Formats: sequence, C-alpha cells, structure tokens
Amino acid sequence: MDNKDTIISIKNVYIKFNLASERIDNFKEYLIKTIKRQVSYDEFWALKDISFDVKRGDSVGLIGVNGSGKSTILKIIAGVLKPTKGSVYVGGSVAPLIELGAGFDIDLTARENVFLNGALLGHTRPEMEGFYDEIVEFSELHDFMDVPVKNFSSGMVARLGFSIATIGHPDILICDEILAVGDAKFQEKCMVRIHQLMNEGTTILFVSHSIEQVMDVCNKAVWINKGHLKMMGDSKEVGEIYRDSLKSHETDDSFDVIENDE
Amino acid sequence: MKTKISIFIQNFLRYRHLLVELVGRDIKIKYRRSTLGVFWTLLNPLLMMAVLSVVFSNLFKFDIENFPLYLLSGQVVFTFFSDATTSAMSAILDNASLIKKIYLPKYIFVISRVLSSTINLFASFTALLLVMVITRAELHYTMILVFIPFIFLVAITMGVGLFIGAITVRFRDIMHFYSIFTTVLMYLTPIIYPMSILPGWIKYVVLINPLTNIVTMVRDVMFYNSLPSLLGILIGFVESVIAMALGLWVFYKNQDTFILNI
Repeated sequence: MDNKDTIISIKNVYIKFNLASERIDNFKEYLIKTIKRQVSYDEFWALKDISFDVKRGDSVGLIGVNGSGKSTILKIIAGVLKPTKGSVYVGGSVAPLIELGAGFDIDLTARENVFLNGALLGHTRPEMEGFYDEIVEFSELHDFMDVPVKNFSSGMVARLGFSIATIGHPDILICDEILAVGDAKFQEKCMVRIHQLMNEGTTILFVSHSIEQVMDVCNKAVWINKGHLKMMGDSKEVGEIYRDSLKSHETDDSFDVIENDE
Repeated sequence: MKTKISIFIQNFLRYRHLLVELVGRDIKIKYRRSTLGVFWTLLNPLLMMAVLSVVFSNLFKFDIENFPLYLLSGQVVFTFFSDATTSAMSAILDNASLIKKIYLPKYIFVISRVLSSTINLFASFTALLLVMVITRAELHYTMILVFIPFIFLVAITMGVGLFIGAITVRFRDIMHFYSIFTTVLMYLTPIIYPMSILPGWIKYVVLINPLTNIVTMVRDVMFYNSLPSLLGILIGFVESVIAMALGLWVFYKNQDTFILNI
C-alpha cells in the first residue's frame, strides 16, 4: 500500500449471487439439468463497483436500508466472502462481532466457550487464561461460568460474546447490529468499551439501524444503497442526508432490490 | 507455488490452537453426562466383538484361529474409517454458522473430526491389546510396526473425509446414501470372514478395497509375526497419496462456494 495509514482498501468490488431459480439439491437433478443445459440462475449483484479506503484508527459507520449490502461488505472485509470482481486489502487482525455468540457451542459451559471462542479469534489458551478474569468481570457472569450456554438468556449470550470479542487489541473490530441486544445498562457499557478501543487505535466498522448511534460512535460514514456506494464522508453530514432521505421516501422501496435488478 | 505453501503453513500454525480446542470439544461433548465417559471408546469395541464372536462362532464357522482377535482387529480399522468419514461428511454443514461469520481455514473442521476419531482409534486399539493379553495371544516384536498401516489408514481417511465433506455441501443426498455405502464397504472388507472363502471375482473386488490391504497388514504384524509385505506398503503409500491429493484438490476447488450453499 502506498499509504501505510490505510488499513482497509476496497477497490471496485462487485459481488454476484446466483439465485437459483429452482433449487437443485440432489445430484441426479443436477446431472440431468447440466446435460440438458437447464441449470439457470437469476443473477443478483449484491454489490456494484464499491470502492473506499479506511484509515487506521477511523471508525466507519455503514448505513443503508435493509438488503442494501452492508453486511455483505462486512463479510468481504472479514474474509468470509470473496468478491466476484475487484480487490480487497485488509492490513490487520479482524475481530468479528457479527452476531454475538455465533461461535458458541451451546452444549459447552461458558468457561469452555471462552477458550473455544478465543481460539476462533486466534488467541492461544495461555493468552485466554490471562484474559479470563477480565472477560468474566466485564460480562458480569461470575456465577454462571460453569453453566452450559444453552441455559443462557440471549442477553447473557450477547454479554459473553461481546466480552470475548473485545479482548486483546484487535486492529479492526466489526460490529454488525450488536447493540440491539442486552439491557440499556450493558449497552452503555459496550459503548464505553468501544470508545476505549477507539482511543487505543482500533479501527471500527459499525453497522446499526440507529443513525444516532452511528453519528455518536463514528467519525466517517459510508452510505450504501442497493449495492451502490451512494455517499461517503463525515458521519454527521452523511447521517443527516440519509435521515432526510428516509423521511422523504416514507414509502420505502427497500424490499424490491431483488426483483428489479438487471 | 512456494509462497502459496508457506502461506498455507503459516495459516495452519496460526490456527493449530483452534484445532486442539475443536478436537477437545468433540470429545467432551461426545461423553458429556455419561457415567463411564471416555471408557466407552474402550468398552464399545469390546462389547461389539463379544456379540459378533458369539454370533459368528455359533452360526457360521470359519476356520480362523483366535476368531475374536481376527474380528476385533478388522473392526477397529473399519469402525475408525466409517466413523471418521461420516463425521467429516457433516463437518462443514455443522459449522455453517461459524463459516458464515468468521474467516477460518475451512479444512480445519474436517481435520478436527478425523483427529477426534483418531483418538478413538487409539482407545479401541488399546482394547485390542487388552484382548490379546487376556486371551494369552502371543505377542511379537513385529507389533511395533503397526504404526505403518495406521498412518496409511489415517491418511486415506483424511483424504476421503475432505472429499466427502466438500461435496456433501452441494449434494445433500450423500448424507442419506453414505450409510448404505459403508455397509457395502464393510462386507467388502474381510472383517468377519477369511479371504479364503471368497469365490472368484468377489475376491478381486475385496482386494481392490484399500481397507483390505490395511486390515491385512495390521493382522500380519499383530498376530502372525510377519513383516508387512513390501507390495502392501507400496500400495498403501500410493493410495494414501492419491486419497490426500484428491481430497485436498476437491476441497480447495469447492471451498469458496461453501458459503453460498450452507
């Protein structure tokens, strides 16, 4: 990278999904259809020509209506999805907070899950032992660490998930709608933690439907609409324009993205 | 190519802690809440052997010296293969929620399943040794060489596991069909019968089965005080290499589309 302060660089990224017009689940059908050349797909471009850079230490909010492609972008940055066209550069460790507790095995106890989840994020067992008390402390689950996670409430799962994902010093923290769970007190605690990480230099990618939250947490914002990058800039400016646009389009057309695509 | 391999190795080393955690989880969950716990890995083959040897030494009489041992050795090898590949088959699908959210080398799920079965293999091999001591079977120095067929066994199983784990993501029918396949394979492996009873062409089919070669080698070194045949080692080696290469190739070809199909 020519600019070493750029931690994420997305260049002309396209993502195509094949929406099978009829689901082919078995081998026989697949074979017959392939021979007859009948395997047909509806192409759907979830992202079209998206380019933007994120500087180290920035906190970027992704905004847009449902189905606009925000989570798809996060998945590309997390390395889960590969773009159909274009290139992605990520210059650091990524801690995904996409859906808290995704990595939990519900049959294991909270304690065992701490180590499993830590390993998923690339931490060794000795490292996790060092973090363990901090995790218990932050999640406030002292009395429940030996209880299987299947007996946890969703709020408890979220608390544990958040506590694990934010330990260490991830270079990039991805937060997808994470603060929708948990009580107000814990949400506040999470915000404090996120601000603290930001001060320590962690880059934050933040998806929320609360535009206030985006304006509060982020200094930059990227507005995605129907897979296109509509606007990028200061979070307050972009947020204001986005909010106005939502008001003027009260009858929102967000759910017809799939049908009216080329 | 060289850089590709070094990236691969780096990646593997980075996630080896995860591999340990995943294997630990598999074993913990398998025996959680059972009173005898891990002893079941030892007890299971012993009880199966007891049942089968009662049935087969009364119903069908084969001219085999120390039939329980003959049976148990075949069963140890076959049960490992069938358990490991069956659990490798669903490894990717079972971990769908993780694969969708966090970047991980996906083969790690298949490898962890095969490795936890390998730990079971050690336990059931211990059971075999116990039966040998109890039945006062002669113990030979050639027994040390049993690691040779076991290495081939694990390599072939790993290759088949990677292959089947990858294609099952797209063709779910395999999950229903596979138990029938393993049943056929069991009868095509000399577990309960001696090779000498096989008529003409079936004998060749049984000889082609890679497990036959492995079972034969195990019995040679364990019971018959003979070195594994050079041809046997050569065939086992070639089969291991082919299985691993094919498994890895198919897995790598398909792994980027997993996320679209799970």
